[in-house]
Amino acid sequence: MSAPAGSPHPAASARIPPKLGGAAASGAAAPAGPGPGPHQQNGPAQNQMQVPSGYGLYPQNYVAPSGHYSQGPGKMTSLPLDSQSGDYYPGPYTVPTQNVVTPNTASQQPGAQQMYGRVPPAPHVVGSALGSFQGATSSASHLQTSASQPYSSFVNHYNSPAMYSVNSSVASQGLPSTCGHYALSAVSNASYPSVPYPSLPAGDPYRQQMLTSQSALTVRPIRESSLSGQNTAVSHPSPLPPPPSQQYQQQQSLSGYSTFSWSAPGLPSTQDNLIRNHTSQVAANNNPTNTGVDSSSTTSSASPMPNSYDALEGGSYPDMLSSSASSPAPEPAPEPDPAPAPVPTVPQPSKLAKPFGYGYPALQPGYQNATTPLNSGVPPSSPGYSGFQQYAQQYPGMNQLSSSLGGLSLQSSSQPESLRPVNLTQERNILPMTPVWAPVPNLNLDLRKLNCSPDSFRCTLTNIPQTQALLNKAKLPLGLLLHPFRDLTQLPVITSNTIVRCRSCRTYINPFVSFIDQRRWKCNLCYRINDVPEEFMYNPITRSYGEPHKRPEVQNSTVEFIASSDYMLRPPQPAVYLFVLDVSHNAVEAGYLTVLCQSLLENLDKLPGDSRTRIGFMTFDSTIHFYNLQEGLSQPQMLIVSDIDDVFLPTPDSLLVNLHESKELIKDLLNALPNMFTNTRETHSALGPALQAAFKLMSPTGGRVSVFQTQLPSLGAGLLQSREDPNQRSSTKVVQHLGPATDFYKKLALDCSGQQTAVDLFLLSSQYSDLASLACISRYSAGCIYYYPSFHYMHNPSQAEKLQKDLKRYLTRKIGFEAVMRIRCTKGLSMHTFHGNFFVRSTDLLSLANINPDAGFAVQLSIEESLTDTSLVCFQTALLYTSSKGERRIRVHTLCLPVVSSLADVYAGVDVQAAICLLANMAVDRSISSSLSDARDALVNAVVDSLSAYGSTVSNLQHSALIAPSSLKLFPLYVLALLKQKAFRTGTSTRLDDRVYAMCQIKCQPLVHLMKMIHPNLYRIDRLTDEGAIHVNDRVVPQPPLQKLSAEKLTREGAFLMDCGSAFYIWIGKSCDNNFIEDVLGYPNFASIPQKMTHLPELDTLSSERARSFITWLRDNRPLSPVLHVVKDESPAKTEFFQHLIEDRTEAAFSYYEFLLHVQQQICK
Amino acid sequence: METVVFVFSLLDCCALIFLSVYFIITLSDLECDYINARSCCSKLNKWVIPEVVGHTIITVLMLISLHWFIFLLNLPVATWNIYRLIMVPSGNMGVFDPTEIHNRGQLKSHMKEAMIKLGFHLLCFFMYLYSPGLDLPVAEAREPLSKTPYTTDPHFEDGGTLVTCERDSEMAK
Repeated sequence: MSAPAGSPHPAASARIPPKLGGAAASGAAAPAGPGPGPHQQNGPAQNQMQVPSGYGLYPQNYVAPSGHYSQGPGKMTSLPLDSQSGDYYPGPYTVPTQNVVTPNTASQQPGAQQMYGRVPPAPHVVGSALGSFQGATSSASHLQTSASQPYSSFVNHYNSPAMYSVNSSVASQGLPSTCGHYALSAVSNASYPSVPYPSLPAGDPYRQQMLTSQSALTVRPIRESSLSGQNTAVSHPSPLPPPPSQQYQQQQSLSGYSTFSWSAPGLPSTQDNLIRNHTSQVAANNNPTNTGVDSSSTTSSASPMPNSYDALEGGSYPDMLSSSASSPAPEPAPEPDPAPAPVPTVPQPSKLAKPFGYGYPALQPGYQNATTPLNSGVPPSSPGYSGFQQYAQQYPGMNQLSSSLGGLSLQSSSQPESLRPVNLTQERNILPMTPVWAPVPNLNLDLRKLNCSPDSFRCTLTNIPQTQALLNKAKLPLGLLLHPFRDLTQLPVITSNTIVRCRSCRTYINPFVSFIDQRRWKCNLCYRINDVPEEFMYNPITRSYGEPHKRPEVQNSTVEFIASSDYMLRPPQPAVYLFVLDVSHNAVEAGYLTVLCQSLLENLDKLPGDSRTRIGFMTFDSTIHFYNLQEGLSQPQMLIVSDIDDVFLPTPDSLLVNLHESKELIKDLLNALPNMFTNTRETHSALGPALQAAFKLMSPTGGRVSVFQTQLPSLGAGLLQSREDPNQRSSTKVVQHLGPATDFYKKLALDCSGQQTAVDLFLLSSQYSDLASLACISRYSAGCIYYYPSFHYMHNPSQAEKLQKDLKRYLTRKIGFEAVMRIRCTKGLSMHTFHGNFFVRSTDLLSLANINPDAGFAVQLSIEESLTDTSLVCFQTALLYTSSKGERRIRVHTLCLPVVSSLADVYAGVDVQAAICLLANMAVDRSISSSLSDARDALVNAVVDSLSAYGSTVSNLQHSALIAPSSLKLFPLYVLALLKQKAFRTGTSTRLDDRVYAMCQIKCQPLVHLMKMIHPNLYRIDRLTDEGAIHVNDRVVPQPPLQKLSAEKLTREGAFLMDCGSAFYIWIGKSCDNNFIEDVLGYPNFASIPQKMTHLPELDTLSSERARSFITWLRDNRPLSPVLHVVKDESPAKTEFFQHLIEDRTEAAFSYYEFLLHVQQQICK
Repeated sequence: METVVFVFSLLDCCALIFLSVYFIITLSDLECDYINARSCCSKLNKWVIPEVVGHTIITVLMLISLHWFIFLLNLPVATWNIYRLIMVPSGNMGVFDPTEIHNRGQLKSHMKEAMIKLGFHLLCFFMYLYSPGLDLPVAEAREPLSKTPYTTDPHFEDGGTLVTCERDSEMAK
């Protein structure tokens, strides 16, 4: 592949190993290492070597595509670079008197001239920019205080004064004059040319690499960037299912579920891992929601080496393992010889027990199965819904037993728990003591086991009504809540030549399809009958032939495929990160640059990516500054473009540079940046032009742009006016300006989206910055939005700390590029509205330039055709993305739900949390398109309508009482919480940006986090005990009961912790026990606690340890790191705390009881 | 004078019919995923103002030439067109916004609107054609003029059938 074009770059990349040994080794050379690290297919088995080695290599050949991307100029410059490699360094740099002009003249040697000649605006910039350049010089002159004079000579066409910013280095070297400075640079450069260029043989093109994975099917581990290798899941012996947030924390543990068939049985460490993973998969199979909790017990018995395959294979039969504890013996599965004959005989006994998916002779087994329980459990049809199910989840090994018992015992009870009528006005403690779990769909056990985890995929109604009329009668919203790119503890990753999909609707094969016979399967979404391809007949896990229903695709509802080149429109892009930083006076005052640069320096090696990763920086005030970081330069070079009306890129190909090749320069820049602008007087901000420039810079590849902005954009395209009237902040009537003021940002976002670029916005401002308009840039380009009101590194240290923690997560979390997500559903259902950050490219296709693990989505559904002829509906989300390692992958989630025909069943299956999140999304839309008061009315009406609809179905109802089914009993409480949420509240002073930010959060947060934002959790923490505590990573985490959000629960003697998602408050009562204050807070008594306290000291006492471990546990793996505020009962900060007590009355809003009365009044009307 | 007014209205009305058909075709293309939302909306937004202008001209012309009935008939539609244009929120990219069009059944309502307009313009077309104002020219030019609807018809029918076909096929899916 284009040796001449690529040659300079391999040469350059060949220098990686000497320069940054460790990092490069972990990136590219790791596959060669034998360790259990990221790549586990290192075993001696057949072909595993190809994949990783090709994988390691192809980053280098990516160079060729990259040249290919960056059209003209890119190709041009690769030549001059080549020629320079000989004389570039010695040439210009050894002439110390030449000053800064030299690098430019150097690059204007023969080849490079073409490139410069190509940039038409260059000459005119000289004219127009000279004046403004002076300004820039002065603003930047502090950099080289002694060198202000030479600047005049720097002014070449480029207006690129090449500010040699390494001020400090000058000082430290004790070389005061600039001349000396450059001499120094010459010295430092002199070492470069001496490095030989051992040009690597160009690796095979990655296409070939893609093809080398021809091997029938390998199951590979996910390469998480932050993969920790070891299975932390193993260390959870607790039988309790981990709460959703905890599962996050387990994410890093996934270390390859995989590699069974090809992987190394000979390597003890990997093998151990394998088994563990495998058994954790067993656990997952047993119980999808209970991922990898109870793996340790099975591991021990399955460890003998020769048996490892058996263990592995046994692992894929959940029932076998669960029934016969941990003895994989019954399934010998001897040699890797896929003999078709013995296979059908071996699992024969189990077939009888398991009709679904096993016995293909039977037609549509899925249906058979599903209909039986429906018919048997007639009207309520959901025997012992939540209660028994949770029990079953907790003891996955006992699923079978408990199911039969539960079925027997509870079937007789006339009404399921979720339908038990609750008199809301009578029930004083409506909030349960334990966190609310997602209801489990009323499916038979096999389907339930296979079903998608509610953390990734939830539906507001777990019983889908048969017709739209029935849905209308129920007055409940129908929709899906998605968290598709969630960090998972384990995930089957499948490589195969053919990804089996339905030929008409393109659905991926999933656990809910039915096999008509060995050769045909019936799509569960469109009911088309498809052929089973030959390759699919072979099962690499069992190494058997003729069991398509036991392939991992059919055994797991969440799988990831490695996609072939059919799924690429272009070669997978590298990870590209661009940082666009506001450096106007306001920004420098706030001091965020220090925090950002520090975080970046710390996490530079942890940025997800491979050896192709590229990074770039831009800063802007009233002009736009680019930074040339091309390797070989002695210092980063600053290029200023002052023509903001027609932005151009001064040197298109050296602004985004390879992270590993230019790491030293990047570090120099990051060290220098915080001090570069300290004396700036520029108050304007040209955000729009800077974004346009960023778009131009990113459009050849796509990637992620992180924009830091601290004020209202005031110059150039996209400038905004202040629209907020501070007097209206607490108005109860109209809240205006919730929508964008201009379509500039939306258009730009769509352009970015088209070029696979996502823009993440960090807004750190103390004043109104029109987030409503600015947010569009992220909303439609699939970015994310962070907002730090009144950020100041000195005056507001808690915000600075929060930014730092958020950045850590932001920089190191997983990322997927050039993604699209398609949601399919069973024929008869249709999606009509989408919520989240993306662009809907066509009816069911969401275009996501980037996808991150913290992005949630919501979809509204309607029932177009009656679903009478089916008893199950399925939803499938397929997320196609390029991983940061340049692999094209498809993550598929499939959810299966029953269809019901009676209203009572619909109510029995309400998932109240999902419903409230969907309603919140709808309300945001409504308040932007119509008005806030409309949205509030709609929320209240949602409660009124659904409760009155329920009331009319229950005949024997005393009309004076407000009755709700048990599944809906929290509905009014949550709606009230929504009405008091920042996004929707009225009457309380709320800054417009805060409100808009809350709305953005509602739109793009996944359900678990959104719920905390809507309804915070309150715990009493002064009496934490180990009762019911869970064990996480050898830490004991106490589980105090939830308290209702009311001041009546706050006693003066206690201390309470409130978890609001993005903030923690610890409220200390006036007469709180001094022991607690001393043991946990480290102060002798209440009076001595300071007003602003954001940390718990690490004290060596039991109660401190408990409190800290509880808080750490709550905090783990939140997208936004919560800041802890210790609030004293008397401090002014307590209003912050008290406004979250939503059951209480405030001046402007109902208490919970009043709200119930209001609802009741409305119903009776 | 009368004749000029009606001939002009007739031509204008033809253009509006074409425009409506174009709207319907483009929207149904979007419905069937033949084009993406972005290009669909930019295509359609281009023609929103010409449509408003075209229709306002007819309305004003009728007012000036004192055809009260036709004026009153046209007035609500013209008002709706202008209202729709004015009420576009400042952050949207036009009457058709690519980020909104798939939400809340907007696509369907746009489609419905285009259909209604098509019907309305057809009605108007025949009204202008057989109106007393055109008595003379119609008598003289019965042949060519009666052909006019014929020549437009295929287009309409094309559009019409195309749409129904697609809808049918969609149903079949």
